[in-house]
Amino acid sequence: MLDDKKGKTPIIAAENLGKVFTSGVFVREQTVAVQDASFEMLPGTVLSLIGESGSGKTTIGKLMLKLIKPSSGKLFYHGQDITTIKSKDALRDYYRKVQGIFQDPFSSFNPLFRVDRVFDMVYDVFLPDVKNREEKTAEVLRSVNLNPKRTMHQFPHQLSGGQLQRLLIARSLLLDVDVLVADELISMLDASTRMGILNLLVDICRERGMSILFITHDLALGYYISDYTMIMHRGRLVEKGATGKVYQKPIHPYTKMLFNSVPDIGHKWDKNEAFVPEHVNREIAAFYRKNAGQGFEYVDPDHGVLLSVE
Amino acid sequence: MEMETILDVQELKAYYRILKGDVKALDGVSFQVRRGEILGIAGESGCGKSTLANTLILRKKPLRHMAGTATLLGKDIMTMPEEEFQRLRFREISIIPQYALDALSPTKKIKTFITDMAHEHGIPTNAAFLGKVAERFAMVNLDKNVLNKYPIELSGGMKQRVIMIISTLMNPALVIADEITSALDVSSQRFAASMLMGLRDQKIIGSAIFITHDISILYQIADRLLIMYAGHAVETGPVDELINSPRHPYTQALINSLPKVGAQIKHQRLEGIKGTPPELLDIGPGCRFRFRCPYQTKVCAQTPPTEDISEDHSIACWHYEKIGSEGVG
Repeated sequence: MLDDKKGKTPIIAAENLGKVFTSGVFVREQTVAVQDASFEMLPGTVLSLIGESGSGKTTIGKLMLKLIKPSSGKLFYHGQDITTIKSKDALRDYYRKVQGIFQDPFSSFNPLFRVDRVFDMVYDVFLPDVKNREEKTAEVLRSVNLNPKRTMHQFPHQLSGGQLQRLLIARSLLLDVDVLVADELISMLDASTRMGILNLLVDICRERGMSILFITHDLALGYYISDYTMIMHRGRLVEKGATGKVYQKPIHPYTKMLFNSVPDIGHKWDKNEAFVPEHVNREIAAFYRKNAGQGFEYVDPDHGVLLSVE
Repeated sequence: MEMETILDVQELKAYYRILKGDVKALDGVSFQVRRGEILGIAGESGCGKSTLANTLILRKKPLRHMAGTATLLGKDIMTMPEEEFQRLRFREISIIPQYALDALSPTKKIKTFITDMAHEHGIPTNAAFLGKVAERFAMVNLDKNVLNKYPIELSGGMKQRVIMIISTLMNPALVIADEITSALDVSSQRFAASMLMGLRDQKIIGSAIFITHDISILYQIADRLLIMYAGHAVETGPVDELINSPRHPYTQALINSLPKVGAQIKHQRLEGIKGTPPELLDIGPGCRFRFRCPYQTKVCAQTPPTEDISEDHSIACWHYEKIGSEGVG
């Protein structure tokens, strides 16, 4: 378990979550996207899920948002297993509290409608009793530092990518969500705009006791905003724990390789080092062989690493 | 230290002509590329960095060259007829374009793609040529078998290596690399950026212009930096000097917004820049950063001259002396 010392009960707890995709008509081919993923999300904290393309990080996000069904394992929301809920009402209650924001803000809006539509849909589906819609929307817009006069009633193309992402964050504030899955939220934004969004996200997370799953490939930004970090490689969580520990004392060869390739300001790459990313596979194999039979171990109460696979 | 200039760009202007008027995407940019250096060009979306690459090499409408010169190895390539320029492409000046990963035809094997490309440029595909291809592949840890594969069988990082080898096969004097690391994973980013530096160190390519929005990669591999904002060059200088003591308010704000080693929000809050870049359609004179700049005064409505503040460091800002190198920081 990540860090229960503070006595917080997790909002989300995943236990041995797995997802296998099957493809092909005559010859069934199986792709293991997520394997044996266990983690917890605590209120008021940001958990980063870091991995390269194809590692399965987006699949975990989709599992949490119930966009796909897990093949194995359980996912608890406030102690209730949500992998089994099916009824429309139960699902609506879940989405009332768990929402996602994705990479491309332009595709989250229908270009034919004014941006107010995303708010109206929230009112219609989740908050039909709210009378003063305009006022409420203006209030959440102000809390994400948007000027309601300049953003409401606009079409998506009249706003910038950063403004649209802020609108989507405002939308989740309207719902007062518990859990926000932010999948590559800032990857399409410029350096000067993304900091504002990240700071905002952390502020509302702390103020409202929300829990954020921050899915990213950017290690520097992951370090900047998260309390806990999980490193994902080929469907498995290979290392997880308190952000400071994972970043300062990485153990798994894959985590080490990742940190070694980050372009950091203030530290230049070693020109003489023969850096070939695909060599890490050999190192991982050797690492697992050396530690055979040990599985996932905690070297520290809040720092765990996958030492071997069965 | 006087070094030979291989590309000299002076007051280059290139606009996109649309029905509503001219989009002044590149508006009076000057810089030099010296032999053997990697010049990093950085800026945010819409700053004109890709327009610059396209103006120098692709020369396609609706982008129009309006004024200014670009002298490559003594010849002005802006006024050069297309047939003559076509002979320079690939051999003297080569581009590794943005989204090149998708440029590989899905129905062609890598080998076919390379030989087609060679024929297009009148290069014989004899044993010596194929030998050279194999040699370059080995240099970047690509197996010979990759030649017989289809693009879909390769990962993004592998495809980028293939593209970079193809673009540099003829040992061009200048390579323009446009966002070659943007679509890649971190580990492949480091490989691709280091690969470009390696090609330069081994004198396979002469010099390179590395265009990206990611300043932290330029910090790793560039010798000098050019910072662009909304179609203007705002600051140029040696990479360490520019990153450690930026002078232009935009460069300062941009560098302050980058995550650094050991910076966590709990301990050190980084700030972005408020506002958005200006609309470039029929934009008038003046410093284009003035709308977001904390030091803005009346004089900023006139375009600031580019001044040298040291031998190798120049800046376009009316107030740089007053601001100093610490800035708002």
